Amino acid sequence: MSLVTPEFGLLFWMVVIFGIVFFLLAKFGFPIITDMLDERSARIAKSLKDADEIEARMASWKVEQAQLLEAARKQQSEILRKAAETREQIIAEARDRAREEADRLLKDAKTQIEAEKESALRDVRKEIALLSVEVAEKVLRHELAGEDSQRALLEQLVEESHQARLN
Amino acid sequence: MILTFLISLLLAADIHVGEIIFEHIGDEYEWHITQWKGKDIAIPLPCIVIEDGVHVFTLHHARENGYSLNEDGKLVNAATGKRPLDLSITKNVLSIMLSSLLLLVVVLLTARWYRRHDVLKESPTGLAALMEPLVMMVHEMARENIGPDYRKFSPYLCMAFLWILFNNFLGILPFFPGGANLTGNIAVTLVLALFTFFTVNLNGTKHYYKEIFAPDVPGFLKPIMPLIEVFSALMKPVSLTIRLFANMLAGHIMILSMVCMIFIMAKYGPALFGGMTLVSVLLGAFLDALECLVAFIQAYVFTMLSSIYIGLARQKEE
Repeated sequence: MSLVTPEFGLLFWMVVIFGIVFFLLAKFGFPIITDMLDERSARIAKSLKDADEIEARMASWKVEQAQLLEAARKQQSEILRKAAETREQIIAEARDRAREEADRLLKDAKTQIEAEKESALRDVRKEIALLSVEVAEKVLRHELAGEDSQRALLEQLVEESHQARLN
Repeated sequence: MILTFLISLLLAADIHVGEIIFEHIGDEYEWHITQWKGKDIAIPLPCIVIEDGVHVFTLHHARENGYSLNEDGKLVNAATGKRPLDLSITKNVLSIMLSSLLLLVVVLLTARWYRRHDVLKESPTGLAALMEPLVMMVHEMARENIGPDYRKFSPYLCMAFLWILFNNFLGILPFFPGGANLTGNIAVTLVLALFTFFTVNLNGTKHYYKEIFAPDVPGFLKPIMPLIEVFSALMKPVSLTIRLFANMLAGHIMILSMVCMIFIMAKYGPALFGGMTLVSVLLGAFLDALECLVAFIQAYVFTMLSSIYIGLARQKEE
């Protein structure tokens, strides 16, 4: 039956035509297409790899960024803490110095007051001494106004000095 | 094929389904296109016969050149009744030429697109966009099945796949230049399978031939295994041949039968005729759709198996 027996003429022509077309296409057809396709798939694969790498780098950047932020925040709080400390210290120092100054002023004032008091007392004493001499003079002048009293005083003075020699 | 068939049947007086079907799946010395007012319209093709020199003539002049057709419809020497060396450009040969030319033009145009455009910057358009997925599919198949030196074999696989695919679809097409039952012809599929066979066995590695002729098996199997292996290597192209041939032939016969049904039923009154016509048209449409699927699948399977066979032959010793 001709259906399942290959015809020689057809075999012959099929080999010839298929062979020629295959030769032409294997030389000028398929390699050009497949080379281009390979080139493109290589490019796509490379792009995907690059994208992955960039993504990984971005992720690491994000971590780094977070770390930097954390460090900055720490530094900030550190600076704030130090500033607060310095402020406290300055205030304390100022207070100490003020107290010292006040003490010194007080002391000075005291010594001055003391000195004033001393000189005032001295003046008072001098005044009193002068007054008493004056009074004594006046008293004496009054008491020794008469002859009798002068005599009495003389006698008394003699007596006293006599007594003193006897003693 | 179906359209031709319909018209020719409308004018046919009697219906011999078997004859009609075999005529359509077989080969002819002229390309019968249709019948018009009782006359055959056909493209005459050159008959080339080599017997004591080359004789070239058309079928109409066969008798004058001393040749006639035998019961299979083949040219024989009218005097001796023997088959001469027949290299006629038959319907199938012309169909091979046309489809190969089509494939050549399509692939070369696609290649030209790739030569003229930067594939890294542009996506393919037109023909290139159509052909690229097909070529890429086969190329990837070669890469997966063959291994490191797949590039050498990728053109053959692309060629086989596209050639079978083109001819499968042209076979489904019912009118000129389609309609020839090429991939359902055993000579054509045999040549395709032999191309694969020689590609496989001319590129076999030492390891491949060692596996065939001196496989590593227990002693008592030593004399039998080479026989089995050689047989298996020879059966591979046979299975490729028959798989493609039978699948495509069966599809053609099924569709033709569906169409014939309409004309057979014409005798049995209008009710049955109308009913069966509807059923036949629906089933025929379904089968045509199925054939489109089969056309692709068979091309794919042939190429896939070819690539696997080549891959096996290219295996290196582990």
